[in-house]
Amino acid sequence: MRAPAAETPEAEDAEARRPEPPVIDLRDVHKVYGEGTTAVHAVRGVTLTVDRGDYVAVMGASGSGKSTLMHIVGCLDVPTSGRYLLEGIDVSELDESQLALVRNRKVGFVFQSFNLLPRMTTLQNVELPLTYAGVRRSERRRRALAVLERVGLLDVAERAPRTLSGGQQQRAAVARALVTSPSLLLADEPTGNLDSEATRELLAALDRSHARGGTIVVVTHEPEVAAHARRVVTIRDGRVIDDRVRTRGAQPPSTEGVGPSSDGAAEP
Amino acid sequence: MSAWEVFRFAFGGIATNRLRSALTTLGILIGVGAVILLVAVGNGSAQQIQQNIERLGTNTLTVYGGRFGPRAGTGTGLSSQHQDLTVQVAAAIANSDMTAHVKSVTPEVTTQATATYQGASHTISQLIGTYPSYFEAANSPVGRGTYFTNSDVLDARKVVVVGETVAEDLFGEASPIGKQITIGGVLFRVVGVLEDKGSTGFQDANDIAVAPLSTVQQTLTGYGALSAIVVQATSSDSVDVAQTEITAILNEELGVTDSSTTPYQILNQAQLLSASTETTRTFTVLLGVVAGLSLLVGGIGITNIMLVAVTERTHEIGIRKAVGAGRGAILGQFLIEATMLSLVGGALGVVAGIVGSNFTIVGVKPVIAPASIGLAFGVSVAIGLFFGSYPASRAASLLPVEALRHE
Repeated sequence: MRAPAAETPEAEDAEARRPEPPVIDLRDVHKVYGEGTTAVHAVRGVTLTVDRGDYVAVMGASGSGKSTLMHIVGCLDVPTSGRYLLEGIDVSELDESQLALVRNRKVGFVFQSFNLLPRMTTLQNVELPLTYAGVRRSERRRRALAVLERVGLLDVAERAPRTLSGGQQQRAAVARALVTSPSLLLADEPTGNLDSEATRELLAALDRSHARGGTIVVVTHEPEVAAHARRVVTIRDGRVIDDRVRTRGAQPPSTEGVGPSSDGAAEP
Repeated sequence: MSAWEVFRFAFGGIATNRLRSALTTLGILIGVGAVILLVAVGNGSAQQIQQNIERLGTNTLTVYGGRFGPRAGTGTGLSSQHQDLTVQVAAAIANSDMTAHVKSVTPEVTTQATATYQGASHTISQLIGTYPSYFEAANSPVGRGTYFTNSDVLDARKVVVVGETVAEDLFGEASPIGKQITIGGVLFRVVGVLEDKGSTGFQDANDIAVAPLSTVQQTLTGYGALSAIVVQATSSDSVDVAQTEITAILNEELGVTDSSTTPYQILNQAQLLSASTETTRTFTVLLGVVAGLSLLVGGIGITNIMLVAVTERTHEIGIRKAVGAGRGAILGQFLIEATMLSLVGGALGVVAGIVGSNFTIVGVKPVIAPASIGLAFGVSVAIGLFFGSYPASRAASLLPVEALRHE
C-alpha cells in the first residue's frame, strides 16, 4: 500500500513517475443541475485520488453533494466539468457502450435501497452483471455461488430478494457488486436502511473484501461505518473540507463539525 | 451478452405483465384478423358478382321492353301498341344487313308457372319460352338429355328443358328425361336438364325451365310482347359495335324519334361487368382501409404499452445499467418484447382471419387474398419494431442515475 495521497491532493505531478495510476483520480470535478438562475451546484470542484487497496469513507450531511460525487465516481452520472480518470482511463472520453463496460468490469455499486430486481432470485441478481459481461451460464453460476458463500447467503440463493431480511438483501447487493471482481467497490449509504446487527454484518463483509485487497469507497454519515475506513474524506457544499487518515483508536469525525483543524468548517 | 439472454429478459418482461401483454396482443390480433377477413369478404363478393355476370355471358346484349325498366316487359299486361318488343322486332334484327357483329338473336318470354309430376309440385320461378339459340347466348348448356330444336319451335311441340332445382323437386333421384310433367295445366315432355349453374346469392339460377317460344306463348303467356331479346355479339370485343347496330334497328322498328326516351333498354354485360368490378374493387379497398386503421390502432396500443412498461420499469433499467447493461442490451430487450407481442398477435390474427373466412358472412363466401395475409402479418411485425423502437430507445439512452431516480 502506497503512502496516502491525502497530504498531496493535487497529485498530477506525481502521476507520471507512478507505475500504477490511482483507482480514482478526480481533478476539479464540478456537477451543475439545471441552468441559469435555477442552477444547483451539487459538486464544486473536487480533486481527490484514491489508490488501490484503500478504504475511504466519504462523510457529509445530506445535500452535501457526496452522493452526486459517488454517482460520478461510479460512472452512473457524468461531471459537468473537470476530469475523472478511473485507473488512468479518462472516463469523459468514453462513449455510452464503453461506459457500460466500465460500469460492468471496473465498478461495483452498492445502493442504500439495495436495488435488487424483485422478479429474479437472489442468485440471478448476483449473476446479472456477469450476464451482461457475456459470461457462460455455468461459469456465471459458479462465480455467483462463490461470492454468495463469501457473504454468507448460500442457503438463500434461490429465494426472491423480497423474502430476505434487509441485511441479507444488502449483502446480496454487495455480492452482486463484487461478482465481477471490480477494481472499485462503491457503497452509497449501505447501512442507511439496516439495523445495528445487520450493519455489523455488512461492515464485516466490506472489511473482508478490503482484506482481500479490494479498493472501497463508502458514503455514509454514520461514525460507526467511518470507523472501519482507513481514511475519511469530509464533504460540505460540494467541496472536500477535510481528508485525513484515521489514526489507530482515534474517534471518527462526526457528521456535524468536522473538527477545528479544517478550514471554514464551522457550522454557520 | 448473448442474444438468448436478451430474449430471456424480454420474455420475462412479457410474462410478468400477463394481462397487459394479452390485451396488447388482442389489439394486434383483431387488427390483423380484420384485415384478412374484410379483404376476403370484399374479394369474395367481387368474385361472386363477376361469376354471376360471366355466367350470363360477356358477349351478350339483353334488350328489355317497356319504359319501366327491365322487369316491365315481364308478363303481358303492360303492352302499349307498336312500342312492344315482338318476335317481328327480333326478326328485323336477325334479318337486317346492317348487323354484321350480331351472331344470334334470341327472343324470350318469361313467366312463372307451377309444374307437377305424380303428385309432386314445384313453382318454377323462371319459365322461359325461347329459341334453341338461347342456350348458347345465355351460356346455359344442357347437362343431361338434349336441347329442343328449331323444328320443335316451328311445330310448337310441348317439350321442356328444366334446371337442376326443378328436376330435383319433381323427380328426386330419378332421371327426368322423357318424363311427362304438367306445367300450367299442360303436359310437357322433359328432354333435358340444364347444367348446374351454381348459386347466384340472390335467386336460384337452377329454378328454371326452358321451352320453345311458340309453345309457351300458345299455352301460357299468349302472343303478346316479348320479355327480352338476347342478342349475342360475334365476340366480346364487338359487343359495343353490335349495340350500336341494334340500337339503330330498334329505333326504326319501334318508331323512336327521341333517343332519350326509348321504349326499350339495352343491358350490356361487358359494361356491367367492368362497372361492377370497379365497384367491388372500391368496396374491397374501403374494407381494407377500415381494417388497416384497426391495425394502426393496435400499433398505437403497443406503443402505449411499451411507454408504460418503460416508465414503470425505468428504475429497473437504472439498476441494469448500473451493473453494466449496454444500450444494445436494453434496446434489444424492449424491442424484442414489443416485436414478440405483435408477432404473436399477428400470428393469432392470421389464424382468426383464416378461421373466420370459412364462414359465410352476409351472404358472401369470403375468398382469402394471400397477399393480405403477408401484408397484415408483415405490417404487424413492422408495427412492433416501429412503435416499440421509440420507447425502447428512450429507455436505453437514459443515464443510470436518472433512471434510478424513478421509483
